Amino acid sequence: METRTTRIGLWAWAVLVVAFLWIPILIMAVYAFNSSNVQSWPIPGFTTKWFSEAWHDEEVRDALWLSTRAALLATAVALVLGGLAAFGLARTRFFGRDVISLLFVLPIALPGIVTGLALNSFFVFWGIDFTLWTVVIGHATFCVVIVFNNVVARLRRTSGSFFEASADLGASGFQTFRYVTLPLVGTSLVAGALLAFALSWDEIVVTTFTAGAQNTLPLLLFGFIRLGQQLPIVNAIALVVIVVSLIPVALAQRLTSDPGAGRH
Amino acid sequence: MAANAGRTAEGSPGGALRSVSRFSWRHPWLKGFGQVSAPVVAFLFVYVAALVALLVQGLWTTDAFTGKVVHTWNLDNFRLLFDQPYPRVIFRTVGIAAAVTLACMVIAFPYAYFLVRVASRRLRLALLVATVLPLWVSYLVRVYSWRLILNEDGALNWSLAKLRLPELDIAFTNWAMWLVFTYIWLPFMVLPVYAGLERIPYSYVEASADLGASGFTTLRRVILPLAVPGLAAGSIFTFSLTLGDYIAPALVGGPGSQLIGNVVFDNIGLANNAPFAAALAAVPLAIMAVYLLVMRRLGAFESL
Repeated sequence: METRTTRIGLWAWAVLVVAFLWIPILIMAVYAFNSSNVQSWPIPGFTTKWFSEAWHDEEVRDALWLSTRAALLATAVALVLGGLAAFGLARTRFFGRDVISLLFVLPIALPGIVTGLALNSFFVFWGIDFTLWTVVIGHATFCVVIVFNNVVARLRRTSGSFFEASADLGASGFQTFRYVTLPLVGTSLVAGALLAFALSWDEIVVTTFTAGAQNTLPLLLFGFIRLGQQLPIVNAIALVVIVVSLIPVALAQRLTSDPGAGRH
Repeated sequence: MAANAGRTAEGSPGGALRSVSRFSWRHPWLKGFGQVSAPVVAFLFVYVAALVALLVQGLWTTDAFTGKVVHTWNLDNFRLLFDQPYPRVIFRTVGIAAAVTLACMVIAFPYAYFLVRVASRRLRLALLVATVLPLWVSYLVRVYSWRLILNEDGALNWSLAKLRLPELDIAFTNWAMWLVFTYIWLPFMVLPVYAGLERIPYSYVEASADLGASGFTTLRRVILPLAVPGLAAGSIFTFSLTLGDYIAPALVGGPGSQLIGNVVFDNIGLANNAPFAAALAAVPLAIMAVYLLVMRRLGAFESL
């Protein structure tokens, strides 16, 4: 129904929007190779030295290690809690089911600063010191819902007759879980875990309030940027952060869009 | 059939396990409840308890001398919210959030329309991925990249000079903050608007044209009203996320760009007044509660 002019206008608009979304990320990637200490555009030359300099920086390494450990542990917690919640809520109906669903969504529905400050108040109230574990708890709150959503979506697409057939053939609940449920939802669990890891690894708002004096990689970067220190290293790490968060997401995308998903 | 499964199981080894699984098969809600109880308990004892701690904390005070939180109940923190500069900060935050929401709507609507009506299936899928992926790129890195772009000798002014346009020095201003927020939250607006537009049957548009409406009239009288729930759903994200942010103001905002989030952040760190920070954090919560009620009337929840 659209006229030719409208269509051309819409095409141009779409090109502009995609450019708007991606050009800043591409510019960031270029700055990572900036040979100069001065952050001006265009960059005078290319170098890869900032990557090795970042890699050999003690502070950066510590922060990288803390971020990675926190993300792995938060993902593990999210897999257990989010998986259980999904199995419990997807197939059965009981009183309060919707309230429970809402409960799991709250950490991503509320502004991050509310979640962060709430957990901060909680830890201070109980006299709990800020350690790796407080960071893990903070991240787990919003990672649970990621795993939960992924697994629930898969379970809703899976016919219940698989589980009935398994029981009819004499399998115990545990055998059904091992040989029927897990193969059916396995990829959605992995996809949820990858997304949770990507989200946790570069989270900053909740982390600010649950890390105390510790530095995760995003917190270290935030500090450097605010003080205008080590900017060449910041640029190099920024590119690494972009790549490390996009790879798990791309993998998760492949896992959840498997062609067999529509069969059931 | 559940009973059949049970009967075969009776004579086999591992009878205890069998009877557990038979029991859970016969009482599905109990099984579901059992599975869900662990995450629910964890959330109640940590997350919900933390939200309660936040609200309670707002009613306490900080001893000015020792800097320790004193557990005496009063409303002083909430009363302090009405003293300058806090009303100004709250007003500024809501204003920026509204401006960001509006900008996201204006940018997202034609783009979503393009995805639904003009783009081929393949292109649509590719563009949807291209729209969502930036959300997964570190939020901090995306804000920081704008700091480099908006710099006096950054990519923006370089491009403007190439186009023989005057320089634009908006780094560290509210304009920069508005631009960066719009950039960061835009995908959250595109997705629900796209989903909303996709649900409009094409026959409505045809019917409107058959009845003699011009393309513009159809847009205004048919498509836009039907797109309202999607726009409202997107606005929940753009509005709420801006209300609670402190990273973008800290990195690209200027001295007059303090938002609620920054004041909360400063009161946890430098000023060391956690009770006041808690009271202040209740403000975005209250605003969002009102906002959600309004958006629900516009049908936003059916489009989430």
